Amino acid sequence: MRYTDKIREIAKKILADKTVDLIIGFKRGTLPMMTEPVTVRDAEKTDQLYWDSFCNMNLANYLPKREEKIGIVAKGCDSRNIAVHIVENQIKREQLYIIGVPCEGMVDRRKIISLLGDKEAKEVIESDGEIIVKGEGFEHALKRNDYLQDNCMRCMHRNPVIHDALVGDLVEERKEPDPYDDVKDIEEMGSGEKWEFFLDLIKDCTRCYACRNACPLCYCPTCFVDESDPQWVGKSIDPTDTMTFHVLRAFHCAGRCTDCGACEQACPVDIKVRSFTRKLNKDVLDLYGSEAGLSIEERPPLDTYRPDDYDAFIR
Amino acid sequence: MPDNPYLPYPVRIQQIITETEDRNLKTFKLGFLNKDDEEQFKYIPGQFCELSMAGKGEIPIGIASSPTEKGFLLFTVNKTGVATKYLHNMDEGGIIGVRGPLGNWFPWKEMEGKNVLVIGGGFAFTTLRSSIVYMLHPENRNRFRDITLVYGARSPGLLLYRKELAEWEKRNDIHVHITVDATDDPDWPYNVGFVPAVTEQKIKTSENSYALVCGPPIMIKFTQPVLEKVGFEPERIIMSLEMRMKCGIGICGRCNIGDKYVCKDGPVFSLAQLNELPKEY
Amino acid sequence: MSDKVIKKEELPNVLKILKETYEVFVPVKEKGFYRFKVLEDENKVDLNFTNTRLSPKSLLFPQSERMFEYSLDEADEDAYVIKEPPKDYAPTVVVGMRPCDAKALRLVDVNFVNPEFKDPWWARRLESLTLIGLGCKEPCSTCFCTSVNCGPFNEEGLDVLLFDLGKNYMARAITEKGAQLLKLAGVSEDATSDLNKQAEESKAKAEKQIISHVPTDKLKEKKAIDLFDASFWDEVAFACLNCGTCTFLCPTCWCFDIQDEVNKKKGDRIRNWDSCMFPLFTLHASGHNPRSEKVQRVRQRFMHKLKYYLDKYDNGVACVGCGRCVNYCPVNIDIREVFKLMNET
Repeated sequence: MRYTDKIREIAKKILADKTVDLIIGFKRGTLPMMTEPVTVRDAEKTDQLYWDSFCNMNLANYLPKREEKIGIVAKGCDSRNIAVHIVENQIKREQLYIIGVPCEGMVDRRKIISLLGDKEAKEVIESDGEIIVKGEGFEHALKRNDYLQDNCMRCMHRNPVIHDALVGDLVEERKEPDPYDDVKDIEEMGSGEKWEFFLDLIKDCTRCYACRNACPLCYCPTCFVDESDPQWVGKSIDPTDTMTFHVLRAFHCAGRCTDCGACEQACPVDIKVRSFTRKLNKDVLDLYGSEAGLSIEERPPLDTYRPDDYDAFIR
Repeated sequence: MPDNPYLPYPVRIQQIITETEDRNLKTFKLGFLNKDDEEQFKYIPGQFCELSMAGKGEIPIGIASSPTEKGFLLFTVNKTGVATKYLHNMDEGGIIGVRGPLGNWFPWKEMEGKNVLVIGGGFAFTTLRSSIVYMLHPENRNRFRDITLVYGARSPGLLLYRKELAEWEKRNDIHVHITVDATDDPDWPYNVGFVPAVTEQKIKTSENSYALVCGPPIMIKFTQPVLEKVGFEPERIIMSLEMRMKCGIGICGRCNIGDKYVCKDGPVFSLAQLNELPKEY
Repeated sequence: MSDKVIKKEELPNVLKILKETYEVFVPVKEKGFYRFKVLEDENKVDLNFTNTRLSPKSLLFPQSERMFEYSLDEADEDAYVIKEPPKDYAPTVVVGMRPCDAKALRLVDVNFVNPEFKDPWWARRLESLTLIGLGCKEPCSTCFCTSVNCGPFNEEGLDVLLFDLGKNYMARAITEKGAQLLKLAGVSEDATSDLNKQAEESKAKAEKQIISHVPTDKLKEKKAIDLFDASFWDEVAFACLNCGTCTFLCPTCWCFDIQDEVNKKKGDRIRNWDSCMFPLFTLHASGHNPRSEKVQRVRQRFMHKLKYYLDKYDNGVACVGCGRCVNYCPVNIDIREVFKLMNET
């Protein structure tokens, strides 16, 4: 891909001139449509770095508490999470050299796998807005934009919000009138219907916490579900406990979530975890006019106290 | 053990003894509710049990009593987590469960005819108490040669089993060296100094000897070279490990060090065995 | 017992007969992936699946299982006494288990039933199960069963093995239990030598189709402590999110936690799947944690599977090559690569 060469070139330069101690980026995966987050410390080994439409994990997740100077590859959403980390004192801006990737959306591997049914993709090639999927006795040319991750389909911030270099020209931001039409469908449900919807949503949850662990926001040293004294949540797969986990986690992310989709991509049982977080993103936007991670100056709205707050109860 | 190895025997708390001045250590004297269970429960010093509190869970605790003491079991419990806090707040007469005996034991067969040096630090003295009571019992005393004890705590008030220590001190079939890290008591009749230093001072030979060592990691770290210097072979330095445990029977998977489960293949290991295992404890 | 034949159109009938005696589990596609569920309509059984997303270990070892119950009501005579509730061990048949998953049950069995202790729930469920396996005629590119003492038509752990031969299944009874089941289900027609030949060909073709191979030959001779101290663990572990996905999907991961849960005056002791990926797994009450770092936990998982298990039980590695962790690790930590590192470095 065109971005790969540029990422390698920048990485090589900033490692060689000691701008950074290491690069956090992606390397090619061992399977089609997979990539693996990787660190590179040696300017001569930057050829490992790689970019394609399946770099779906959020690399900001690997930043908190690191001490080194770090070059990090960042899509729009990743860069917003880096901004959140900076605001929340998880990493310092001076430690970072952000290699910004103008993003045209990540392709959802699972959508393609699900399209193939019991057939297996043996080779996947990207070219010119198309994804060519080849396997035993078939070859599909799929339109890239039809197979984007759900979050990418509604993304309004595809360009990195902070960066020290760019690997390509900025892409045009979408101007969709309403990025939250899907949330509205849920809002329109009656309360009983909503409850059923969410119960059904989490039915298969294994409490593996992949969603939490893939999320850059979830850096608490001890998550509330792991606390034993007091124990807030039971540890079995009782629906009440499972729901408590998802709802509390979502609330903890309110005003901080950039909708990067890592939670859904990590879930081993395809739970649409974003159904929880997106409602809160929408509320925070409606109530405070705020979207997470657009600035490194401003703290998240639910983490802010202002003496001139217009609500009397908080003053 | 019952047919179901996860099922605890019901026991009643007969007596609770507060051991230390900080009140963080209490000894629980437990009696079986069912006579059959008591008869089935045969243990060897060095083993442990899961104490089982309905509603709070289980905790692995070394057996502090000796099989030569009949009609009860003793467990000395440090107040740390949810279950131990709950247990500390229980009253005499309360019902809990005991699952065990679990794990292996000190190498009693191998130690026969040998001198036994017992080194303990702080609250890691429970199965060592069991061992001393066991060895001093008239039926067993002749099986062992010299018995020497070095036991220390941070301060006099943090020593366990103080009455018994004083009694052992008076006996002539055990050499007792009690020590504290520090004390402001001008009348303190015993040693002042860390366990490794007192060991170095008092123990001059490893001939025909085994050493049983239990204590905090820092004590073990500094005692080990002292023992090696006097010539203890790693095969004869015996230690008991702690680990987070759940099942206690080598099934639930969490307490491994390399391919050994501390709950089943341990908790007692020789230094020689530990040297072969990853340092992950 | 000679191999039998079941015409595909007769399968519903066979299942219907089984349903009268057994609880029957079949693969069912729900919410986008397959899982084993109780058979409802035998006419809608779909065996054209690759494999279930989660391994079928939960049939014997549920993710959450009530071990004991007790009363905390002082008014009850046996308050605080922990008791075992009755459990259902009705005879059960699983239809369509993949050979790798059946082999995995054998690997896990040495843990749950060891010379000193027997896990009563695992053991009794295993006894109550009859496993009808389905050979994999189309293995995936991530399958590497043939490298780990298994294969697409491996028979170990199964009672009956089915070969999918177009219009027919060929059914091979592997155990007496399997033979009895076939008899009960009225499966009596002997497979022709032609069908038998087709089955052998299908098996050979499938084995050849397996393109993933992992080396294991040097794992035994290596010292655990050298592998533990190897330099590659940091690199292997970097991307790891410490989510439990690999362990939860894995057919040979068996670790569990025990928790008490109380509702008013009634309590349960429950065991839940646990994962060595979680820091809590080894956290002492004192705060000390022998595996506090991610790299230690990642190392533990692979060392347990590929070395400690091998050393402890002399029963091969604790991996059947099903490829679940390869496919579902969100950051592509690929156990096949770790095999290479551990075996070759």
